[in-house]
Amino acid sequence: MRLTGAQALIKSLEMQGVEVIFGLPGGAILPVYDPILDSSIRHILVRHEQGAGHAAEGYAHVTGRPGVAMVTSGPGATNIVTPLADAAMDSIPMVVITGQVPTTAIGTDAFQECPITGVTMDITKHNWLVTDAQDLPRVVAEAFHVATTGRPGPVLVDVPKDVSNNQMDWYWPSSLDELDLPGYRPQTEGDPIEVAKAARLILQAERPVIYAGGGILKARAADVLRQLAERTGIPVVTTLMARGAFPDSHALCLGMPGMHGNYTAVTAMQRSDLLIALGSRFDDRVTGKVSAFAPDAKVIHVDIDPAELGKVRRADVAIGGDCRVVIEELLSALTDLGLDTGGTTSAGTRAASKPDLGPWRAQIHEWQERFPLAYHQEDGGALKPQFVVETLRDSTPDDTIVVSGVGQHQMWASQYWKFEYPYTWVNSGGAGTMGFAVPAAIGAKVGRPDKMVWAIDGDGCFQMTAQELVTASAERIPVKVAILNNAYLGMVRQWQELFYEERYSEVYLSPDLPDYVKWAEAMGCVGLKVESAEEVLPAIEKANSIDDRPVVIDFRTDAFEKVYPMVPAGSSNDDIIVGPGQGEGGR
Amino acid sequence: MTSMSTYGGPLRHHIVTVTVENKSGVLARVASLFSRRGFNIFSLAVAPTDDERFSRITIVVDVESAPLEQIIRQLDKLVNVVSITELAPEAATERELLLATVQAGPAERGQVIQLVGVFEGKIIDVGTDAMTIMLAGAPNKIDDFESLLRPFGIVELQRTGRVALPKLARRTTRLRSIAGGTEDDAVQGRTSDEAG
Repeated sequence: MRLTGAQALIKSLEMQGVEVIFGLPGGAILPVYDPILDSSIRHILVRHEQGAGHAAEGYAHVTGRPGVAMVTSGPGATNIVTPLADAAMDSIPMVVITGQVPTTAIGTDAFQECPITGVTMDITKHNWLVTDAQDLPRVVAEAFHVATTGRPGPVLVDVPKDVSNNQMDWYWPSSLDELDLPGYRPQTEGDPIEVAKAARLILQAERPVIYAGGGILKARAADVLRQLAERTGIPVVTTLMARGAFPDSHALCLGMPGMHGNYTAVTAMQRSDLLIALGSRFDDRVTGKVSAFAPDAKVIHVDIDPAELGKVRRADVAIGGDCRVVIEELLSALTDLGLDTGGTTSAGTRAASKPDLGPWRAQIHEWQERFPLAYHQEDGGALKPQFVVETLRDSTPDDTIVVSGVGQHQMWASQYWKFEYPYTWVNSGGAGTMGFAVPAAIGAKVGRPDKMVWAIDGDGCFQMTAQELVTASAERIPVKVAILNNAYLGMVRQWQELFYEERYSEVYLSPDLPDYVKWAEAMGCVGLKVESAEEVLPAIEKANSIDDRPVVIDFRTDAFEKVYPMVPAGSSNDDIIVGPGQGEGGR
Repeated sequence: MTSMSTYGGPLRHHIVTVTVENKSGVLARVASLFSRRGFNIFSLAVAPTDDERFSRITIVVDVESAPLEQIIRQLDKLVNVVSITELAPEAATERELLLATVQAGPAERGQVIQLVGVFEGKIIDVGTDAMTIMLAGAPNKIDDFESLLRPFGIVELQRTGRVALPKLARRTTRLRSIAGGTEDDAVQGRTSDEAG
């Protein structure tokens, strides 16, 4: 069968099972947009290419399937660079197709030419410049294989216009052997000797903590993580990327560690004698000052990416492998040592001499009682952002998908939401991309139309990408957006208050400019404004009842509220500031 | 590349031979990885292998800048990297090529020819007041040669960067040196003698 490169490209995406493409056409990608009209794949026309990228990320977050975005050459391609960098940091599987000027024009500074494979070399897992239409099906298959296996990540396929127009003989690679990837061999199984060592360390620990990262979600390992925690009785912290990987209501769940983690999660890691890092990467926002991080802890580190092992903290036992596979191996190694399913031990086995974790859990419980997350909503006082998050949490279904931008609102959402299910939390963790929430929420709702999707956004973030609500209205994607509008770039303001002697430099935004209600309405959404605590619940209930268009609620929140606890940047986690009135952060 | 005076290599260097797919942009990916991760390259040589699908990049890395293990694991993540062999300097046979044009008028010509003879180099071009010389050998030998050439006045000089292969297993057991050095020292001593 003779096809054009463009037809072969779209057919290849169909063969991959792609159901939706987020994109925006332009000159160099024009040929590829023609066969989209005849394809079963849904195309969602975004208003800015960055929106296409973040929507594809949101889709991937909640479905586990790769998000697909398609844009044109030059500025179309550079506009999707931020989502690629974001997806690389958070290991999100994403396939971006970019148009390119014809091969004959490459290198001549042609109109809308940009060497996008060069630009994105360091922020994609891999990228391809296709120079022969005959290669397209193979390259598409390779791109999806690389994006979704091993440590997932974004890939980019750059397709020159003449390659799209040229004829090719259709084929589809029937197996991985037909791919040309001689250097790509992700290792999924752990070394059994190391796994056995890890199991023995677990049975010796007196103050162990499971440090669960985003890799748990990528490996679809939430259920085996729970088995491991319950069988061993070891408490679990869930990093910002792992919220929902272990239910917040579980007795062993300590919640989020790190710079704005809760006191118990942070301190349990600091005092631990064994950290079991599963799909986590000792990010600086978790460790604080590395040399002072968990000083007495031995470390078991499991990661699919061998380069993460020993990158920040030396591991006593380092296991390269897929989290799900390795945890299963670990569970069977624990069985072999006498720790049975259900946590009982057999006499005469190594597990029989396992230390009692009762005192450790009692200590943890005492911290939880003494240092809960706290805020105070005064009657008739300024609306507290935490109150909005808690009310939203309590008046939406348990499996609501929450999407956030980056800043104070993100931390409050992560702290105060109760995540009961995996894949219900979508945010930009590693890159910290402001403006992520609105387009990512659209992608999440497209991926899971059966679920309620709420974006919790800041006013600064919202202004960066709000125009994608036009996309949501036009495509009938009923996302809901709660703007925690404190009229400031709040996190920067917080740092200026605490660390720059209240010298506020370029952080004020104004609560009324823009008028968020009018803006929402102009974009085809319902717009609501909330200024006091008693209006919060009725507004949320009204938003929940609307399912035919997006809803935006402008919550006017207290500009002086700060995110606590806080470990100042570069400090030891021992120097955690629990709240205002304590330490340097108290004002 | 760093300054000429350190051509012989920093104290803590390691040789990494990377077999890569022979595709466009692969060298850029490798170089870019080094800059992105803050690893220093001391020298780099690229050439096709006997199999036309692959090229071999020989990189001398400065292991002061990052742990070797981290460099290798990050390199291994590049999809176009097929295999990596690490070679400690003492386990490698290293060679490098130097081309130099030196000032050599009638008065100095004899001295230069003599020096080239001692080092077993070759004179490959002679002009009225300059000569072009070629020398292949171990990097430290090239360093010595370069510093001896320098007083004549170097017009132009180019070095290729080193290439390396692992040393072969010996069939005979080598005696420990009388001074109490290890077998490795003895082997290294022998090979550098050979090289000189």
